Amino acid sequence: MPTVTMRVFRGDARGGEFRDYRVETEEGMVVLDVIHRIQATQAPDLACRWNCKAGKCGSCSAEINGHPRLMCMTRMNALPQDQPISVAPIRTFPLVRDLVTDVSYNYEKARQIPPLRLRPPEPDGTYRMMQEDIDRIQEFHKCIECFLCQDVCHVIRDHEELKRSFAGPRFFIKIASLDMHPLDTRDRTEFVRAQAGIGLCNITKCCTEVCPEHIHITDNGIIPMKERMADNFDPIVWLLRKLRGGRREPAP
Amino acid sequence: MATTTYETHEHDVLVIGAGGAGLRAAIEAAAQGVSVGLVCKSLLGKAHTVMAEGGIAAALGNVWPEDNWQVHFRDTMRGGKMLNNWRMAQLHAQEAPERVLELERWGALFDRTKDGRILQRDFGGHRYARLAHVGDRTGLEMIRTLQYHGIHQGIDVYMECKIERLLKDGDRVAGAFGYWRQTGEFVVFKAKAVVLATGGIGKAWKITSNSWEYTGDGHAMALWAGADLIDMEFVQFHPTGMVWPPSVRGILVTEGVRGDGGTLRNSKGERFMFRYIPEFFKAETADNEAEADRWYTDKKNNRRTPDLLPRDEVARAINAEVKAGRGSPHGGVFLDICTRRPADYIRKRLPSMYHQFKELADVDITKEPMEVGPTCHYVMGGVRVEADSTAATVPGLFAAGECAGGMHGANRLGGNSLSDLLVFGRRAGLAAALYAKNLGGHLVVDAGQVEACAREALEPFTRTHGENPYAIQADLQETMQDLVGIIRTERELEEALRRIEALRKRAERAIAAGGRAYNPGWHTALDLRTLLTVAECSAVAALERKESRGAQTREDYPKTDPAWGKVNVVLRQKNGTLQVSREPLPEMPPELRKILEEGA
Repeated sequence: MPTVTMRVFRGDARGGEFRDYRVETEEGMVVLDVIHRIQATQAPDLACRWNCKAGKCGSCSAEINGHPRLMCMTRMNALPQDQPISVAPIRTFPLVRDLVTDVSYNYEKARQIPPLRLRPPEPDGTYRMMQEDIDRIQEFHKCIECFLCQDVCHVIRDHEELKRSFAGPRFFIKIASLDMHPLDTRDRTEFVRAQAGIGLCNITKCCTEVCPEHIHITDNGIIPMKERMADNFDPIVWLLRKLRGGRREPAP
Repeated sequence: MATTTYETHEHDVLVIGAGGAGLRAAIEAAAQGVSVGLVCKSLLGKAHTVMAEGGIAAALGNVWPEDNWQVHFRDTMRGGKMLNNWRMAQLHAQEAPERVLELERWGALFDRTKDGRILQRDFGGHRYARLAHVGDRTGLEMIRTLQYHGIHQGIDVYMECKIERLLKDGDRVAGAFGYWRQTGEFVVFKAKAVVLATGGIGKAWKITSNSWEYTGDGHAMALWAGADLIDMEFVQFHPTGMVWPPSVRGILVTEGVRGDGGTLRNSKGERFMFRYIPEFFKAETADNEAEADRWYTDKKNNRRTPDLLPRDEVARAINAEVKAGRGSPHGGVFLDICTRRPADYIRKRLPSMYHQFKELADVDITKEPMEVGPTCHYVMGGVRVEADSTAATVPGLFAAGECAGGMHGANRLGGNSLSDLLVFGRRAGLAAALYAKNLGGHLVVDAGQVEACAREALEPFTRTHGENPYAIQADLQETMQDLVGIIRTERELEEALRRIEALRKRAERAIAAGGRAYNPGWHTALDLRTLLTVAECSAVAALERKESRGAQTREDYPKTDPAWGKVNVVLRQKNGTLQVSREPLPEMPPELRKILEEGA
């Protein structure tokens, strides 16, 4: 395998630049292996997150040649090697250092979601659920929280002013998984509308395209949720909104 | 030197580690109404538990009504070659089903039986299909469930925070010292009780399924704080890790492949496991292919396939086949499920294995066999704890999960780890909270201790020239791989200890370049201290135990010795030196002994 040029972003919130590293590669290597090799031999303080190295933990999200991907699941031989390969931090979240970003926005959103409210058990004290009733939710549970969907979401990426009242695709499928859960009894309609801001999503499917778990975020999660919102549409609320004369503002 | 600056947080209970055990401990402690801090080295939800694949062992009896805690207890003790702490094995078997059902009440969605109950799958060493699972991503389901339940329980979570040392007030633990990975600034936690849930030590080996996090932090910090470690010689090599390409060597291939019908073959196509059935398991293991294949659907009239012998047996067998020249092209053996199960079934049951091989190795496991070989996976040894409370031998210190010792004896059965995390995580949180409630007086953290910790942590920055910490870590991994691997000898273990000593000298000269903010070179330099400590512990204990049992195979002492079956190898630190002793196992009560004798 050839020696390649890796063009890696180095810097922090104050600024930074891409720096080139020449690295020898071996058969089967993924981008994360090459980053590790740079750390071990050329730049010991190069910051990146990683854990499992097998696409299960969702820690090593980055933008490789401009594409949001997991470094551990991006094979070097899938990238053109005759030109520098760029590795940058995911763009939407504030930079901590080098390839590491501050993703605390996502942890704040996670905490706001009203949790499961359990229905009473069967007379024998247990719960029964049929496989076909949970297949769809199990798809959502595959999420590894790499936040690549959040990274490419236009609302989060380009509208700082809307972020407070918008949860993003990762959390739309989290909410969907709770709403569709056979044991759950909670009504999250108002939360989904006002705090999660489902109405702000204009279904460009960017989130679905980057999902490394191939979850059908838009088709199976967001669109049905929008439909449920429409079904739950309350005419009195609608009238009041009309009388107040305007479009809905993000919650304060 | 100027006075160190640091922030201070105070909690009744501090839980170090936020995998399955840590999260479960924090949830339980919070339920007792005490103030709880939960520290994790990575982001929340990324701990090692997320990588667990196969399932949670619990005798729910959903698939085989004959199953019950007694059978699970017996399987666990036999899998551990009877060296387990009997009380831990008993509590584990008794409480695992309730812990699984509790996860379900918190939102976990396990795969279902036809009548809507939790489906259970076969795994090595378990008499009945016993593992509650979600395809091959059970750990992900477990950690997400605990994580999303936990964030509503009033627990303070400290992410990307690395604990370096425990702080003490006289004899008892009074907190912990660490740094924020993002800024490199120091932090002190004052706590009445500390729960260690830091996982394992597998990063000391080269071929490993473990991530950068598994540097033995809890093991080493407990030892330094005066606690006992037991069973450190028992390091599990999982029989099936990926072997090709080189960059993925060691990544786990779930035992669920064999649980769901996969079989091991050598380069001649032979199902070689039939030649490696040990006397100890003869009565319960099929000795021909037809019976082994019937067993998957008819457990009453057939014995278990030898593909599902406990992990220590299978790892040794693969090792022997490769040594005998019957290995696969890249030095492993073949794991074949494609000729034995339909493609749809494989994709449904083992989606992440399918994905992993396809993306990382260009292998379609529905069409071709996988190449697999042993990979360092789990340490059975750990902090010596009191079974019911998980209390270590130092007051105020508790330990649960992989960093605790005793539960699994000489070898852990697959699936018994996730259940261990839940059962003893809960017990640790409960006992730590009660301990904290009963503890009067004020917490005193000595500023001198904090100063010393800070000085030690900054040392790598003070050196202008010295050793690359990554190179030292790599050399340690080579040493452990070559000399403290699956097969051990006195000569090699002594050589390992000499090399570890030399590496320790080099580690004292490890340098960190750059600043303190998110600096992996500095972190690696600091992690060498715990890594070298646990490597030494493991080699010393392996040298001490002059027999072969479970995960410890001594070429120079190939037999299992009944006298060694009565003792644990105990390690403790006195005046800075490691002391080793043999101490008797707790005596098993007759009614449990009867369960072991009956079975079969």
